[in-house]
Amino acid sequence: MAKAVVELRGCTRDYGGVRAVDALDLGVHEGEFLSLLGPSGCGKTTTLNLIAGFVEPTAGCILVDGEDVTGRPAHLRGLGVVFQSYALFPHLSVFENVAFGLRERRVPGGEVARRVGDALELVRLDRRGGQRPSELSGGMQQRVALARALVYRPRVVLLDEPLAALDKKLREEMRSELREIQRSVGITTVFVTHDQTEALGLSDRIAVMSRGRIEQLGAPREIYDHPATRFVADFIGASTVLRGRAVAVDQLAVAGDASLRVASCRALRVGEEVELAIRPERVRLAPGPGDNVLDARIEGLVYQGAQTEVTARLGDGQRVLVFVTEPAPVPLAPGQTVHLHFPAAAFMLLA
Amino acid sequence: MTLRLVVAALVAFMTLPTVVVIAVSFNPTAILSFPPAGFSLRWYANVLGYPQFQRAALNSLVVTAAAVAVALPIGTLAALALERGRLRGRNLWAALLLSPLVVPGVAAGLGFLILAAALGLLRSRSVLIAAHVALVLPFVVRSVWVSVRNLDPALERAAASLGATPWRVFRRVTLPLLRPGLFAGLLFAIVVSVNEFVVSLFISNRVTEILPVAMFTYVVNYTDPSIAALSTLFIGATFLVVWLADRYLGLGRVFLQH
Repeated sequence: MAKAVVELRGCTRDYGGVRAVDALDLGVHEGEFLSLLGPSGCGKTTTLNLIAGFVEPTAGCILVDGEDVTGRPAHLRGLGVVFQSYALFPHLSVFENVAFGLRERRVPGGEVARRVGDALELVRLDRRGGQRPSELSGGMQQRVALARALVYRPRVVLLDEPLAALDKKLREEMRSELREIQRSVGITTVFVTHDQTEALGLSDRIAVMSRGRIEQLGAPREIYDHPATRFVADFIGASTVLRGRAVAVDQLAVAGDASLRVASCRALRVGEEVELAIRPERVRLAPGPGDNVLDARIEGLVYQGAQTEVTARLGDGQRVLVFVTEPAPVPLAPGQTVHLHFPAAAFMLLA
Repeated sequence: MTLRLVVAALVAFMTLPTVVVIAVSFNPTAILSFPPAGFSLRWYANVLGYPQFQRAALNSLVVTAAAVAVALPIGTLAALALERGRLRGRNLWAALLLSPLVVPGVAAGLGFLILAAALGLLRSRSVLIAAHVALVLPFVVRSVWVSVRNLDPALERAAASLGATPWRVFRRVTLPLLRPGLFAGLLFAIVVSVNEFVVSLFISNRVTEILPVAMFTYVVNYTDPSIAALSTLFIGATFLVVWLADRYLGLGRVFLQH
């Protein structure tokens, strides 16, 4: 097991009676890219602020490299932070913005010039040092902020929704660039985002947060393929949740007398009520009735080019979301009855 | 067209008294008549050579400089406290800090007079300075407050995360970014203090009186165009200060921000 560079132990933070972070335990490993993912108000930014030292925990402690830094002010923690608004100093040049952390560390002038030059080169802005931040585009400002946080080689860099302010196209470009830079520097990174695509694409591990707690912590694939809770299944990717009663260790009765075979990691207890999630891209249109095939009535269609999003309703009224890859095998129309195949291995048993 | 006429009329209405004063200041005769009968600089010479005006000008300089030097830092801290501080009754504090704007000069002057008399400070310039601090403070607080509001707290957090101590954050980030507000406050304070008359009249004597008070005293006793000449110098100086500030410090930007 890799060493924890940052560790939160039972961290709680209240804001006037509202619990933003609730007894949180989290270890960030050396060199990893860890995302804190969740909807707004889930406590992800507060968690970041706790690590950065901008707010202090109401209870619990924070360790950096095994050393307790709880109560230590932000300027003594030596971490790098990139803000959503970039927070570049408008009265300083790009060069001086990046040099800020080195100057505060009283690094000699010659070395400052060299290291700022290297950092600006890393983010491909080596010719922009003399300009003011306001003269740069949003994407460039973002890269200056990154260079500024990396130049003094902090143990950890904390990124607070750094891509949120960019438009879609630029965001995608910056995403791959961010990952490349992080890999080349090899720095331990904590990344806060509400965007699951960003988290899935960038992270080594994702901590999905809800109401101040971590719902699930794991690799992107693990989170997507095996969501531990209904919240995670809902929040990451689209999914359909089916409710049913177990009639055998691997059989679930849904939609009246129809039953589905389930290949989940644990055996079901007969008679137990369970919730199963299935990804819409795993549900297939079947040519006719068969094993694990249920009939459903199409309620809505959203054509998206590469695929069509189909909303259908089972006999017992449960709704199912299906992504049908275009071109569809049969013409689809609202009101039409289709046969849906639910592969036994595609079901995810929710806690 | 009508709109343009209205604006022209307004401008004329506002500037006419100034124009009259400037014109009269060049009058060669010893009467305050308009239009002037000729052109002469004798009243300027008279004003510049008049000892009481010289003394009052020096007083003005000292009082304004001292008042501004005290009010600027205090006002800046007050603005920071009002915006950032965990202050109970923030609105009440703000109202009190800005209250000299709504208190009539006569009332404030009387108050300072009674206080100064009670403290036995009536002969000293310190009362005058204290009064001017109180009078210019609202302008400083207002101007700096605007800049504090426009300051993104993330900038200060960023500086702290980069290793700056709270004092260094203030020096390298907060203060430079408050500059527009500080300059606007400085300018307002100077203009208000230099032109202050009513309160100063109550608490100054022949030795400590500042220029506007000396001018008033002069007008009470004499009616030659000297006072018009001095007014013209006054207007010119004020105009110069504002123009320089706008030119080099970008005063316009302070008000057009947001």
